[in-house]
Amino acid sequence: MSLLGRSILDVSDLNSQEVFFLFDETKKIKRGKQNPPALENLSKNVALMFFEPSTRTRSSFEMAAFKLGLRVLNLSVSESSVKKGETVFDTAQNIEAMRPDAMVIRHGGSGIPQQISKLVKIPVINAGDGFHAHPTQGLLDGFTIWEKFGNFKGLQVLIIGDIAHSRVARSNIKLLQMLGAKIKVCGPPTLIPPLVTELGVTVDYNLDSALKEADVVMALRMQMERQTSFQVPSLKEYSTLYGLSAERAKLIKKDAIILHPGPVNRGVELVSSVLRDPRSKVMEQVHNGLLVRTVLLSEVMGVKR
Amino acid sequence: MITLKNAHLFDPGTGLSEKGSVVVENGKIVEVLKNKNADTGKVYDLNGKHLTPGFIDLNAQLGEPGFEQNENIKSGTQAAAAGGFTTVCSMPHSHPINDSGFVTQYIMEKIRTQSVVRVHPIGAVSKNLEGLAMASIDSMVRAGCVALSDAKSSVMNAYLLRKTMEYLKTYDIPIVEHCADNNLVGLGVMNEGLVSSQIGLRGIPHAAEDVIVSRDISLAAHTGARLHLAHLSSKGSIEALAHAKARGLKVTAEVTPHHLLLTDEELRTYNTAFKLSPPLRTEQDRKALVDALRSGVIDCIVSNHTPHSEEDKDVEFENAASGATGLETAFGASMELVNKKELSMERLVECFTTAPAKIFKFKDRGQIKAGMLADFAVLDLGLSWTVDSEKFFSKSKYTPFNQKKFTGKVVSTFVGGVEVFNLEKGILH
Repeated sequence: MSLLGRSILDVSDLNSQEVFFLFDETKKIKRGKQNPPALENLSKNVALMFFEPSTRTRSSFEMAAFKLGLRVLNLSVSESSVKKGETVFDTAQNIEAMRPDAMVIRHGGSGIPQQISKLVKIPVINAGDGFHAHPTQGLLDGFTIWEKFGNFKGLQVLIIGDIAHSRVARSNIKLLQMLGAKIKVCGPPTLIPPLVTELGVTVDYNLDSALKEADVVMALRMQMERQTSFQVPSLKEYSTLYGLSAERAKLIKKDAIILHPGPVNRGVELVSSVLRDPRSKVMEQVHNGLLVRTVLLSEVMGVKR
Repeated sequence: MITLKNAHLFDPGTGLSEKGSVVVENGKIVEVLKNKNADTGKVYDLNGKHLTPGFIDLNAQLGEPGFEQNENIKSGTQAAAAGGFTTVCSMPHSHPINDSGFVTQYIMEKIRTQSVVRVHPIGAVSKNLEGLAMASIDSMVRAGCVALSDAKSSVMNAYLLRKTMEYLKTYDIPIVEHCADNNLVGLGVMNEGLVSSQIGLRGIPHAAEDVIVSRDISLAAHTGARLHLAHLSSKGSIEALAHAKARGLKVTAEVTPHHLLLTDEELRTYNTAFKLSPPLRTEQDRKALVDALRSGVIDCIVSNHTPHSEEDKDVEFENAASGATGLETAFGASMELVNKKELSMERLVECFTTAPAKIFKFKDRGQIKAGMLADFAVLDLGLSWTVDSEKFFSKSKYTPFNQKKFTGKVVSTFVGGVEVFNLEKGILH
């Protein structure tokens, strides 16, 4: 089993054995003391290509690369490059011509990293594409759950909110199902993707009843920048129906965990007190994200950690 | 005089399926000889190959004026000839848009000087395709337009559509409607369903098509107008269409080979060659389309030839233009339905010949009989071939069928008794 040179476009590019290997390795570096990076890693370069604004994922990949002693090429294009006359595929090939050893790509269009990976010869890691996939988020969420529960069999995972426009939800559903968890989604009917039950996911529109059964409660960001209008009457109404209030938090099992991929709209998906709740692993997720990405980058690029 | 001999005369319009020959003079058929061969004038020996009426395409875009980088009348009609089409009706979304007699006249002049096959323009319903006011209908019809359509969009204002339908009473031409409610399409780029849910692309629901089909049928019933529904994709719209036909309304419909053969499963690779309008739908829809075509609820097959450049297509899926080329693959790809026993050979050829001729009331073509235009397609039904878009006569290379293997192909095309395409020699005109 080796991830060397492989593109990671979605969690489905990994089998469960590989996922658990990554989890084990992540746990090792989390517990072990940090070594200075190997000197030879300095000769390796990774290009971080973000065609969409990102705070967490981008800095997480950057920190992971620094931890490994890699050199980082940062490319930030806030707008679609199409508007500048160059396509994203042109941009990717131009960057490849500068000979980085791997590419990390975030793009607002579903499928872009997949298409780029067919054009370039170096491994591509998907840092989130459109509504489609966000494999490293899936892995860091999976790791956070695994750390707490030790396994996934029979685990009830509840994902709340805008499932339709969420790459986080899609990658989590795929990964956690593959590992044996049961997935339920809860949100306004306008934000539940069509035929989602055919993916083996159950749908509940009543948050209170759904919360009581969940071992993992994952609230998704209401992505106002993605809304095309007519999805919900107002954020207020959304938070009334689907927000994690202090009252609702009481319905959640004592030994459950609460996750959120960030950034949190405080008072919308969850209130501030829920963020401080001991069951909340939101900050732990961010830390785990750095570690998971460190392991993944080193495995894909074949560098020591 | 010209004679096409040793042919398998195959014309569903007249019920003809016999060995024989056809004698042509001054561009028209003068004699159809069953089980007999003649050697009058210049003789073409077809060696037993099928001879059908030339194909008639009711829905193609030929790029000119304005999009010559994608296609022009010359390259587009060469592609048509290579696909067996001898008549092509061209959609009005050129630049400038064909919404007045002036633009129609410009196109007619291009057709006269550049075209390899017969081309008839379709004019716009609304000025500048804006859906706000009627285009210059009389001037377009007098200049040569044979139908009206707002091409890639429905006439969203039902009142404008109603009034245009009423206005057309004195012209006896059909309105061709692309059926998709703009608001329901929204930012959608593919069929809304399981695949869109999985791959994270915004969906276009079936209802976007169905509501316009139902609305337009109601308006056709109200006004008595001839309504032709362009490139249907959804099962629901077929049910409404079947009901309208049962009521005796003057409603007809077409479908593309893409929608008859492919589904949204193809989108999983984000290949923009499969980004079409209307979008490829599900297997259930595909089967319903084939059933409707077999039973005659859907009348005919069109190429829906939509030429795009690399600049239009080789971009992010969301930003890519919709549509694919179709003239050179329409018949060969559709043969797949016959080879898989989903459709009879008679019905397939009918869908390319006499059926479209009836819809646009082309009385001089679509059948093999004396007096008709000598437009023919010669078919080799056993010929296996692989689609190679690099070899297309069309300037546009985007087809969902690239590198697919098919059996059965047009090997020669005649317009007015003149051979304009031959598989070995290429374009002859």
